[in-house]
Amino acid sequence: MSARTYRYIGTRPIRHDGLDKVTGRANYGADFTLPGLLQGVVVRSPHAHARIVSIETQAAEAVPGVKAVITGKDIPETSARLALGAEGAFDLHDIGDNLMAHGKALYEGHAVAAVAATSIDAAREAAKLVRVVYEPLEPVMSIERAIAPDAPILHADMVTKGRPLPGTTGPTNIAGRMELKRGDVDQAFAGADVVVEREFRTSTVHQGYIEPHACVARSGEDGQILVWCSTQGGFIARDFCALILGIDAARIKVIPSEIGGGFGGKIPVYLEPVAIVLSHKAGRPVKMVMSRSEVFRASGPTSGTRIRMKLGAKRDGTIVAAQASLWYEAGAYRGSPSGAGAMCCLASYAIPNFFVEAHDVVVNKPKVAAYRAPGSPMATFATESLVDEVARAIGMDPIELRLKNAVAEGDHAPYGPVYGPIGLKQVLEAARAHPHWSAPLGPSQGRGVACGFWFNAGLSSSATVTLNGDGSAGVVTGNPDIGGTRVAQAMMVAEELGIPVERVRPSVADTDTAGYTDLTGGSRVCYATGMAVIRAAQDIAEQLRSRAATIWNVDRDRVAWEPGRPGRVIALDESPDGSVRPPLTIVELASKMAQTGGPIVGRAAVNAPMAGPGFAAHICDLDVDKETGRSTVARYTAIQDVGKAVHPSFVEGQMQGGAAQGIGWALNEEYIYDADGVMENAGFLDYRMPVASDLPMIDTVLVEVANPLHPYGVRGVGEVPIVPPLAAVANAMRDATGVRFTELPLSPSRVLEGLGTIAKG
Amino acid sequence: MLSIRYEAPRSIAEAIHLLASDPGAHVLAGGTDLLVQFRAGAKQPSAFIDVKRIPDLVGISLDTNGLRLGAATPAAAICEHAELGRLWPGLVEAVHLIGSAQIQGRGSVGGNLCNASPAADTTSALIADRAECVIAGPGGERVVPAERFCTGPGTTILRRDELLVAVVLPRPPARTADAYFRLIPRSEMDIAVAGAGASVTLDASGTCTAARVAVGAVAPTALLVDAAGQALIGTRLDEATLSLAAAAASAAARPISDKRGTAAYRRHVVGVLAKRAIVSAAARARER
Amino acid sequence: MRIQVETTLNGEPTTFLCEAHHSLLDVLRNGLGLTGTKEGCSTGDCGACSVLMDGRLVPACLVLAPEAQDRTVITIEGIATSEALHPLQQKFLEHAALQCGVCTPGFIVAAKALLDANPNPSETETRYWLAGNLCRCTGYDKIVRAVLDAAAEMSSGKAAAR
Ligand SMILES: Cc1cc2nc3c(=O)[nH]c(=O)nc-3n(C[C@H](O)[C@H](O)[C@H](O)COP(=O)(O)OP(=O)(O)OC[C@H]3O[C@@H](n4cnc5c(N)ncnc54)[C@H](O)[C@@H]3O)c2cc1C
Ligand code: FES
Ligand code: FES
Repeated sequence: MSARTYRYIGTRPIRHDGLDKVTGRANYGADFTLPGLLQGVVVRSPHAHARIVSIETQAAEAVPGVKAVITGKDIPETSARLALGAEGAFDLHDIGDNLMAHGKALYEGHAVAAVAATSIDAAREAAKLVRVVYEPLEPVMSIERAIAPDAPILHADMVTKGRPLPGTTGPTNIAGRMELKRGDVDQAFAGADVVVEREFRTSTVHQGYIEPHACVARSGEDGQILVWCSTQGGFIARDFCALILGIDAARIKVIPSEIGGGFGGKIPVYLEPVAIVLSHKAGRPVKMVMSRSEVFRASGPTSGTRIRMKLGAKRDGTIVAAQASLWYEAGAYRGSPSGAGAMCCLASYAIPNFFVEAHDVVVNKPKVAAYRAPGSPMATFATESLVDEVARAIGMDPIELRLKNAVAEGDHAPYGPVYGPIGLKQVLEAARAHPHWSAPLGPSQGRGVACGFWFNAGLSSSATVTLNGDGSAGVVTGNPDIGGTRVAQAMMVAEELGIPVERVRPSVADTDTAGYTDLTGGSRVCYATGMAVIRAAQDIAEQLRSRAATIWNVDRDRVAWEPGRPGRVIALDESPDGSVRPPLTIVELASKMAQTGGPIVGRAAVNAPMAGPGFAAHICDLDVDKETGRSTVARYTAIQDVGKAVHPSFVEGQMQGGAAQGIGWALNEEYIYDADGVMENAGFLDYRMPVASDLPMIDTVLVEVANPLHPYGVRGVGEVPIVPPLAAVANAMRDATGVRFTELPLSPSRVLEGLGTIAKG
Repeated sequence: MLSIRYEAPRSIAEAIHLLASDPGAHVLAGGTDLLVQFRAGAKQPSAFIDVKRIPDLVGISLDTNGLRLGAATPAAAICEHAELGRLWPGLVEAVHLIGSAQIQGRGSVGGNLCNASPAADTTSALIADRAECVIAGPGGERVVPAERFCTGPGTTILRRDELLVAVVLPRPPARTADAYFRLIPRSEMDIAVAGAGASVTLDASGTCTAARVAVGAVAPTALLVDAAGQALIGTRLDEATLSLAAAAASAAARPISDKRGTAAYRRHVVGVLAKRAIVSAAARARER
Repeated sequence: MRIQVETTLNGEPTTFLCEAHHSLLDVLRNGLGLTGTKEGCSTGDCGACSVLMDGRLVPACLVLAPEAQDRTVITIEGIATSEALHPLQQKFLEHAALQCGVCTPGFIVAAKALLDANPNPSETETRYWLAGNLCRCTGYDKIVRAVLDAAAEMSSGKAAAR
């Protein structure tokens, strides 16, 4: 691809929606209201695993102000599947049952009923009066327990999808199993000079978005439904509601609000269908907002995992064999990202022989949802810890070892396809050259490095660009803007049409207004929706060519679009009188729109099947207090192939935010359960996400290896950055203490146990 | 339906009358414990008695005898007071550790004591500093030492109709200083896994003549560890002595394992913290 | 029991009705329609609800609404003047210190309280002061830079005015 010079791409304009967000005017999920609004509250199971014997709602209905009470009976059981979205297919039966338990409560916090009332106080009081009789069952809280021969079975009809373990008969808690293989692993291990093997564990962790799930729904007398909600995709929210409730998508309008973070967790629906049913029953609009405790207990975290992995290498550092057994908790229903974990864990290295098996296991915890590069961080934690061990075993610099084995264009990805242009080698070279890598360490410090991979997603997107009479423009898409995608889209229009970014107004539209667009996720918005925006803008340029041809009365192919600033149409030939025709700028052409054929609207719809894979390397310095086991990240650098950074500030922001989440995962975050399967730390105070004083500045290096699938070379940047930190931190801990920790989080007590200072307990 | 009253008495007598006349009434200081517990359904007050409009309960007065700290004074006001930070750096450190800037805008030392969490940060510091609690009730005032105020997790010696009015601290004698250390996994916004406060008095030659060590989050209440203080007296705080004191702190601990840490970890780390608090207090005392 | 409360909100005398147990946050958001103050937890842990009460930074979720009687309350809606954004707001925009933006009002109110008390905070002071404000999107880097830059600009502005 020839290096293109850009006018707007790569600059850092202020985002259009910024003003509303710094002044408090922007409206998020819980900020919407309608006349006659009722407040909805969900009744949740206190048991992790229980048969629901009976539900009695009369006392709740009798509370003054209560307008509707519903239970699982009011949410139809469907067997449909919705096969779209960046993160895989969705089983609507499970999603429906997860919305409200039908026969069994499968985790503490599982919805069993809901109430709508004229005030939140009345709704809460009524919720307490819904009398549910449970028959508690043994909670299955770990993979070990779930796969034990005498384990209670969560779903009587569950069989293993994919390749069941040999000898599996009858119902099981192993929802799925897959294998990936290449070459001859046994022979390769036999020929290896160094073999390292460990078992790793990671805890259940939550996306931790600051805005709780929230929605308002109104079901009208005419059957038309309005839903205002905080979601990663208006269309997916609409389609979930339509399919679960068995109504036409055309009857539902979803208005996506501003969204206060999602990271994958705001793809599923938890409240919207419930609010619709309550509204239908009450005949009034219903608002539902989760509490923070509900967010932890009843929205999707990501899997806790147990991973056994083995690597074999030659003395010169060539990794020749890998074997891994991945076990991921799915929560209460099938669908952990174990398969993605299997595909990602070896994706950074060209390993000739491997065997990876991945298991999806149901346990009595909330159904997992996507969380930033779903599945990759945990399995990569194992790989990158072992790569570090190989480097130590053969006495090689860990970056050199990684460079030696790093995949490059033309290599086969472990999950099948051949890589196009990718930037892992460039990323590792940038890491090696970064001053951080050679900076001296303090006495109590250690340094670690780790790589990470994510596929990135393509999928379907639409965009509309409208030219205004004054030469300004509007761009409309259907992707909720979680981190600057509006301004990025405006920049693309500006780039194509040669008008200033401030003269382009980007908006996120509802499902009645925008063309169909898949969700904001999978790091696809800037890439796939961006592609639609660029094409829609190019469509405008094409129409401007026609208009200019009309004005000049020449053939359309005798005029050309010149991007310029402003963009303009030039005539390729002189006028009949021999004079040079002055170019017609977009502003001039826009002003003549009415006379030359009417409104100019550019449209495009894309279905991007593939995306450019993303790679990153992170360097972490950890300061460890060996007396207390407490550790602090002293310095951190994230290096990533970003393809082309449209707005570098927001790209850096993705890298910094992902790194911070990964550091939290490594050091402190975890779901803590008591013996009965009740979550003990369902609040920010005890869940312990990183706060500002926990982190240093997070240095970023943007490596740009253009993605040939995108006109500017853009690749997804949002997900890769959460992949390397788990091992980067653990490798730094190894460096500082001499001990290899294989279990996350690296909480102070776990560290002292590992150092042998205190007994395990 | 919920029908809760809100009262903002202007005098101690009025507050005591309100408490005495409604057994379901709860004192509200900063509300950073009470309102969280109320929202979680753990406490169901029939009335909130907001004591922040009672002049005696809000404010800091310092004279030659010592300090009188109104029980409901927000933590932030204590941290802003330069003289307090000079005289009782350890106590102010403990106050400064409570929650965040936002929480410190509300939370009070009185609330920290009365909530009686074993992990309350200021309690160990107050005990080390020989603080006394001034309590008002229908029968008048009584004063009890800080180490006797809490009786168990969530329980205190306060009777239903009593109010904590203030804590008083004697002015530190010459070459006396305090320090407080706690262990939390994050750097801020966490509840202590263990904590230790110390106050150390040295003579002109650097020999310790008096010392108090108190530990938190390792027993049902914060504890004054006499053995740790005694181990220091008469010594020059050499390494061996410090280890003895640390061991005494660990030995006094009767921790539980919970979501914030294991018993073994707490027992170990409280010794480390006690030692660090003693070293820091002694270093400050030397400078006086 | 409905209580009538008279307070000064963003400079305006304001009267509202509430229940004793309602939080100031409930009243701001639902009663008075000032939804700029966000709710991330309602237990004092996230700082999204930060407001200034009598100049002091407090979490509006842990203030009872009746406590606002005779106090002055400033919310995010009261930070900018009609002519201009507060320098903090401007710097948050310039540094791209917001991604999803739901934490932003709380950070700006908290940072204003910091700069009111300490016009030249160090990075460490800024990080510790803002530890009560959770942001899950940014890793705090750009937020801290925006606050430090606003502090620098405000003090150089003051120096110039002198
Ligand atoms: C996010 C967060 C972080 C926190 N971090 C910490 C921390 O790091 N360290 C720590 O120790 N604590 C912490 N806490 C707990 C709490 O902030 C402190 O305990 C604080 O000191 C309580 O003071 P308050 O004025 O808010 O008490 P309130 O909540 O008003 O009262 C607490 C209890 O004491 C009673 N009470 C209060 N004052 C009196 C009085 N004068 N007489 C009689 N009874 C009274 C109340 O009825 C109530 O039962 C945290 C809380 C939150 C929400
Ligand atoms: S909503 Fe008040 S601190 Fe989170
Ligand atoms: S920008 Fe999303 S939480 Fe801070």
